[in-house]
Amino acid sequence: MKNKIKLELRRNPISFIFFFIGFAIIVFVVGTLFNMLYKQLIVSPTYFIAILKDQYVLKSIGLTLYASVLSTILAVIFGIPLAYAIARNNFYGKNIIESLIDIPVIIPHTVAGIALFSLLSRRGTVGSIFGNLGIVFQDSLWGVVIAMFFVSYPLFVNSAKEGFISVNPNFERVARTLGASQWKSFYQIAIPLSYHNLISGAIMSWARGISEFGAVVVIAYYPMIASTLIFYRFNTGGLQESQPIAVLLILLCFVIFVFLRLISKKKG
Amino acid sequence: MIRIENLSNNWDTFTLNNISLEIKEGEYFVILGPTGAGKTLLLELIVGLYIPNEGRIFIDEKDITYEVPEKRNLGFLYQDYSLFPHLSVRKNIEYGMKLRNISKNEIDSKIKELSNILKIEHLMHRDTTTLSGGEQQKVALARALAINPKVLLLDEPFSALDENTKSKLIPEMKDLHRKEGITFIHVTHSQEEAILLADRIGIMMDGTVVQVGNPDEIFYKPISKEIAKFVKIENIWEGKVIKKNEKELIVDVNGKQIVALSDHFKVGQGVRLIIRPEDIILGKGNTSARNEFKGKVISVIKHGFYHIVRIDCGFEVEAAVTKQSIENLKIIEGKDINIFFKATALQIIKR
Repeated sequence: MKNKIKLELRRNPISFIFFFIGFAIIVFVVGTLFNMLYKQLIVSPTYFIAILKDQYVLKSIGLTLYASVLSTILAVIFGIPLAYAIARNNFYGKNIIESLIDIPVIIPHTVAGIALFSLLSRRGTVGSIFGNLGIVFQDSLWGVVIAMFFVSYPLFVNSAKEGFISVNPNFERVARTLGASQWKSFYQIAIPLSYHNLISGAIMSWARGISEFGAVVVIAYYPMIASTLIFYRFNTGGLQESQPIAVLLILLCFVIFVFLRLISKKKG
Repeated sequence: MIRIENLSNNWDTFTLNNISLEIKEGEYFVILGPTGAGKTLLLELIVGLYIPNEGRIFIDEKDITYEVPEKRNLGFLYQDYSLFPHLSVRKNIEYGMKLRNISKNEIDSKIKELSNILKIEHLMHRDTTTLSGGEQQKVALARALAINPKVLLLDEPFSALDENTKSKLIPEMKDLHRKEGITFIHVTHSQEEAILLADRIGIMMDGTVVQVGNPDEIFYKPISKEIAKFVKIENIWEGKVIKKNEKELIVDVNGKQIVALSDHFKVGQGVRLIIRPEDIILGKGNTSARNEFKGKVISVIKHGFYHIVRIDCGFEVEAAVTKQSIENLKIIEGKDINIFFKATALQIIKR
């Protein structure tokens, strides 16, 4: 047995060595989060318990979840057509469009926030038009949603695009010859076959929305989402006041994340 | 009946050029050609996945050139069978019928009928991803036939199968054609499939149809050097007509005089003579063949269940010979030997 491990190590050294090197990342992530959870939940849980009764905190977490769900819905509504169009067609400038989609991922998020602010604030180019219609972005729920959307839709679009690309286009062609209109072949064949990518893209985009701070804080400091509130409490009351909120947010996200993964696995 | 008139289309990387074709009602028509001839694209034009730049497609005299694919009612089988992986075997077969709002009773009886013909009753509730290649082909056939199509189009239906499965399923395909009684159009690069299945064959090369005929016409009387080479005829001799008596031509090939029969061609005209290697007889004795030449064996190569013997008679001849003949005539490299062939076995074309 010992000999076998030795033989494997000699024959297949990369897997072993890389595994140990790579493991450092896992230790780093788990260690950072566990340290915080351990302090808050085991060593001195009183602050954490107090937070659970803090209406302001609960409201801001509720707002964060609500706004990120709305932003994910927007990403799905606009992202599916975009992803499908890119996946199924070759056209001049396709590479450029694909690069443009990724821009929100590479620019600093405060920069994204400033760009959105200049466009959508009360006096912004588009913001003033929407203002006349009664929709305000600056310091409002819609500001939060639009900032989350801006930074998180690429995750959905890219995942959906990969999903559509992985579906053999012959399936849809055969469906057409069997009598399906293009719409039917799209939602009866392409959508169910890329279901996993659509779900995981939506989850990633939603998670990205929850975690957003930089873009949101510029356009909508109020109403305070969880990450803004954590930052605010960190500035005014330090770790003691900010950390318990962070822990609550982590726990909530973790539970929802695991739940969604489980139901999406079951369906597939 | 399908009539294709002057069909042309350009894709980024490929062009179909001026294809005209008539396929008869109930016929088993094979489109045969090398890889890259545009055979699949022709089928995709017929089912309506593309619209041609030029030309027309008629089915039973109805112009369907610009009809959307879902209204054409043509069965189509891709090379990879393209069974929907998220649906069971039964749901795959039902798919087209459900789109047509056919009643449950009718669906049930159609599925029963097809699964009986194709012998796939036991697969009905299986997951399509667990089927073997042969089973996938049958399920795809059932799915395509379930919509009662006027024509069934098959794109390389055997190329994804192993040799044994293939030789078992080819006769079953012929059987299916007889039972269904509809027109089959079968695209392939395999001459074996064409010989075993086709009522008529269309040869396709470089984006166009170059010859249409029954299997004998295609394999014995190819109308060009390229087609002859494609149907594995190496005996293509260049010569010149030097004498003509009514139908009888004397053709000079490298100083040897070969007798051939044709109504066309004039004295002095350059021609090519084409003959299948199976039509070359080796031996010593007399036969009724008009052409006899002395030669020397250049090589003997085993080729499956027969041998290919190359002989130099002043022009090079390739003969297909059974193992028994090789032994009886003691054919070896360097041996002097006589060859015979009939004037009627020769195909003459313009050079």
